Amino acid sequence: MIREEFRILLVDVASGKGKIVLLDGRNEVAGGSGLAALLYMQYGQPELDWDDAAQPLIFAIGPLTGYFPLMSKMVCSFKSNYHGEYTESHAGGRAALSLRFSDLDALVLVGKAKRLSCLGIGANHLELKDAAFLRGTDAESSGKLIRRMFKGGSGHRSIMRIGPSGEVGSAMACINVDTYRHFGRMGGGAAMGAKNIKAIVIHGDSDFDVPPGKEYARLYKEVYTKVTSTDMMRKYHNLGTPANLQGLNDISSLPWRNLQQTSDPGISSITGKSFADNTLLRNGACSGCPVGCIHIGFIREKMATDNRYHYHQVAYDYEPIFAAGTMLGVTNSFDVLRILDVMEKVGLDAMSGGVALGWATEATEQGLISAKETLVPLSFGDAAAYQQAARHLGRGSNDFYRLLGQGTLKAAAVYGGGDFGCVLGQEMAGYATGELFFAAQTLGFRHSHLDTGAYSYDQKNSDRDITRAVDFLIDDEPGRAFLTSMVGCLFARSAYTEEQLAECLRTVGFDKLSSSIPQVSEHIRALRWKVRARTGFDPDNFAIPKRFYQVKTWKGVVDKEYLDSLKQEYGRRIQAIIAGD
Amino acid sequence: MKQLTTPRMDQCIGCQSCSLACARLVYHRISWNTAGIRIHSSGGLSTGFIANRCLACDPPPCAEVCPTGAFTSRPGGGIIMKKKLCIQCGKCIDACPVDAIYQDRRGDVYVCLHCGQCVPFCPQNCLEMVDSHSIEEVLV
Repeated sequence: MIREEFRILLVDVASGKGKIVLLDGRNEVAGGSGLAALLYMQYGQPELDWDDAAQPLIFAIGPLTGYFPLMSKMVCSFKSNYHGEYTESHAGGRAALSLRFSDLDALVLVGKAKRLSCLGIGANHLELKDAAFLRGTDAESSGKLIRRMFKGGSGHRSIMRIGPSGEVGSAMACINVDTYRHFGRMGGGAAMGAKNIKAIVIHGDSDFDVPPGKEYARLYKEVYTKVTSTDMMRKYHNLGTPANLQGLNDISSLPWRNLQQTSDPGISSITGKSFADNTLLRNGACSGCPVGCIHIGFIREKMATDNRYHYHQVAYDYEPIFAAGTMLGVTNSFDVLRILDVMEKVGLDAMSGGVALGWATEATEQGLISAKETLVPLSFGDAAAYQQAARHLGRGSNDFYRLLGQGTLKAAAVYGGGDFGCVLGQEMAGYATGELFFAAQTLGFRHSHLDTGAYSYDQKNSDRDITRAVDFLIDDEPGRAFLTSMVGCLFARSAYTEEQLAECLRTVGFDKLSSSIPQVSEHIRALRWKVRARTGFDPDNFAIPKRFYQVKTWKGVVDKEYLDSLKQEYGRRIQAIIAGD
Repeated sequence: MKQLTTPRMDQCIGCQSCSLACARLVYHRISWNTAGIRIHSSGGLSTGFIANRCLACDPPPCAEVCPTGAFTSRPGGGIIMKKKLCIQCGKCIDACPVDAIYQDRRGDVYVCLHCGQCVPFCPQNCLEMVDSHSIEEVLV
């Protein structure tokens, strides 16, 4: 429902009781990312450990969620066990519209349930169910059981759940959202596990009046037509994000074998086209998004010597293929899906897990670790071994895997090999595009390739103008922060220009917000950084491992002086934002 | 008379744009429930989607049990709804053999009126308005 104040459901999972809180601030923080930061200011405990029961786990949507196409994502924020600081993760699926149709702008969990539990909410209900029997169940099995525990609402609800990774506190644990989407990075699954919450079921069972007048329906149709009838979004629903694999490989910017290479002829069997031709089973969409960028592949497994088979469906994208494919030297598309299938089940973030196993493989090659630690001998290209290793990493099978699950560099600090840990704030995204991306992911707010367009800048610019490059990062961030406060999919950033967003906001009744987007965008950006600073952010906390200085891209070998200068200047500019009024 | 059909639900990606369009344009609501076509997953997302919608029975059992004439037979199948006559008794919901009528918590009922306003909002071409007499097979 359109209202000026935020309507928040605050649930103490220790007691199973909740309360509705009405919070001001719409015209200052908008919603989504801005609202999440505001809520952490309100309920967060910056000085306490990440797993302290008092820490909040926050889920927030925006003022346009459910009202326009592609406004279909949700922001999850928490104090991360990866770096001990405030962070955000974003996911699609049905989560956002489920919360909208529960008439909520945000859900905040505090406390810790006495036993492993599932939380069910909707417009008119709140219940905490004991789910101790789900302990250790994988994301697939738990999904089946949770659907039985919470009957009704099929198609109109979201099931957000963790796998064993979240239960054991891995900093690479994701929150699985509706089977094929995830709050992937920075250990959101661990933050949920720390609350003894296995799953959150949101049943969006209410409805609202349409905004008055004919303008809303007209504008909806205009935006819908723009995203479906033009080529603007075609790349996302055709081959999807994996279309970029071939292109990045062609310009020597695709990490291979723990970033020992940036290009390899083996790409031919794991391009976006190859995945589409050979493995693509069907497509899917987040609720409210007609683009449908979700690509679901299949793997078929033979059970016995006779012709007895079973099959699994596994979602794929550019980043998971990079992490479980090129980074591990696995060049069979079905093998990539097999590794991803294991990661899905254990509830492991695919990008983090793949990069961590890439480091473990090189560490094995160098004799720093052996099968004594990894339990299964690792070598690049050995997909069967990686399936087992992914399971060990997700479940924290031994001291080594539990440590590796806290972050590649944490394991490297004990076993050695920090020079080739491919970590830029967190395990790298699949872009070896050059200096600006390396600096940007290292210090980006979410340590995500989507914090800024640095990977794109690298591909278009070969000069080494530090001021111009850092200006690009600084100028690019507020617009993205505003879009993730709506909360729109970042794939839609070309459709949702500032003018378009203003018109959408005005049409549904947020007049003041619609006329102050630049100021609000800056405010949200600054607020997020200030919140993070309260939890200990300092640019000097994040170093760039040596491996990144050895990378050769289309521009040649990385320029150490340029990279260091970029990081220093970007850090200085972020500090200035934090220090600002 | 034409009626809404769902001949290509195998192509559905679950975006629910049809439900949102019906709710928005026909019933003037923002919702995925208060609509004449509602998309559900069957057994989780892994098994695809089904469209819950009026199959245009002729004669329609929901109209037969309506005690106030709010639902009357529509030529070619389905019903004509006069909301002002509805007393929210819910008998139509029980009478519908395929659970195609939804009643919200205020008691208002929602059913497909075969107006076709949802059709252009399906990005996958799952929906089609077809003349009632030319339908050879019911697909959902």
